[in-house]
Amino acid sequence: MECKETRELLPAHADRELGMGEVIEIDRHLAVCLACQGEFARQNALRAAVKKHATYFAAPAHLESRIQAALPRATARPEARAKWSWRWNWLNIGPVLASVFALVWSLGLYLALPSADDLLAEEVVSSHVRSLMVNHIADVASSDQHTVKPWFNGKLDFSPTVSDFTAQGFPLVGGRLDYLDHRPVAALVYRHREHLINEYIWPASDERETAVQTLSRHGYHLVRWTKSGMVYWVVSDLDPRELMTLVQIQRDHEGSPAEVPAPVKLDDPRTGRATQPNQFTH
Amino acid sequence: MTEPARAERFQQAVLPHLHAAYNLARWLCRNDHDAEDIVQEAYLRAFRFFDGFHGEDARAWLLAIVRNTSYTWLQQNRGHEPNTSFDEEFHSPQEGSVTLLNQADSNPEAILARDDDRALVNRALEMLPAEFREVLVLRELEDLSYKEISSVAGIPMGTVMSRLARARRLLGECLNRMGEESRNGVQRNQGTTAGPRR
Repeated sequence: MECKETRELLPAHADRELGMGEVIEIDRHLAVCLACQGEFARQNALRAAVKKHATYFAAPAHLESRIQAALPRATARPEARAKWSWRWNWLNIGPVLASVFALVWSLGLYLALPSADDLLAEEVVSSHVRSLMVNHIADVASSDQHTVKPWFNGKLDFSPTVSDFTAQGFPLVGGRLDYLDHRPVAALVYRHREHLINEYIWPASDERETAVQTLSRHGYHLVRWTKSGMVYWVVSDLDPRELMTLVQIQRDHEGSPAEVPAPVKLDDPRTGRATQPNQFTH
Repeated sequence: MTEPARAERFQQAVLPHLHAAYNLARWLCRNDHDAEDIVQEAYLRAFRFFDGFHGEDARAWLLAIVRNTSYTWLQQNRGHEPNTSFDEEFHSPQEGSVTLLNQADSNPEAILARDDDRALVNRALEMLPAEFREVLVLRELEDLSYKEISSVAGIPMGTVMSRLARARRLLGECLNRMGEESRNGVQRNQGTTAGPRR
């Protein structure tokens, strides 16, 4: 270590504020440098002089009681006490407000969390959009429910109800496998004028039936319900009322005592006609 | 915390440092009566801000408040600061003072080995500008570490060191000059001695 560096660190050395490494280096330099030794001695002497001779002014005895009297205490005069408790109440307001805010905030966050249904609705819309986007609306393109329904055999662990509603203005376009709610589901495609409608069906996790419920997401309309242990989601850009018409037709159809699809099947004039799904524009 | 509990905790944590508080205030304002007022004011302030104190170094925390209170007080009462002008004069010849310093402090022990050492040191310390006086008081009289001084005075550790070094140098000069004065029989005529030095 050179003189310049040593001189800079000497005060801290005199004050014993240096790390071991620096102490060793400085001592090594001091051992060989008389000038720095002199400076070090001078600093130490001045330190000692102040320590030894400078007056330490102790507080006069009455100062403590004077301060005690000025400080608010439990035994303080009433008006002083009132002033301080008022202040203290106001100090309390901060934490109280903070807690209330935190509570409201977390409640808000909790409520703002998308529910499982919301997430599912998003999933359904995404699947619908994707089916239109990739020109893959149907794995089995047929307006014949007896072509579409058996197609699902072996692909799903349930058998969806498949009906054609051409007579009511909702011809069946076809069927497809899809994946929603962490399971493979049946997707049936209907058409109404130029609008395509996806209907997703899968077994419900419990036997509870839920009423028809409508939702809207990103300009698409969704209808959902649970019936006879099956979950139904219908999604389209179709006008909600027209979409409800399809839902109503379908529910009536399924709910009718003649649940056996035989008569309906026989009514269908277009049995066996295969449609080309890709020709539909969204 | 209820108010009595708070007051009690305050008294336990902060009141024991009354002497340190008074010593610093007394050295900064250089007057007994004013020091008492400053310390009382500082304690009231400390009580007000006690919620911001989280049980670390109560002495350093209090001393920082005492220091601020003192400076506020000095600013408001600048009128009766007897040494201000002298401080500035004394303070300014930084470069030229090196040679003086070297001859002055070749034998500080000799200067200090006198009967009136106490008066000399006190007087020299009183004459130092407040920023140098305070670090010496905190270091030598309160035995604060650089870290504590840094938090009390609100300056970085490096500045603590350089300010202490400078303070000691100035003190050495001052002691030497006073030693010469008394040798020459010139008593307390600092104005004339400081003048030619510039």
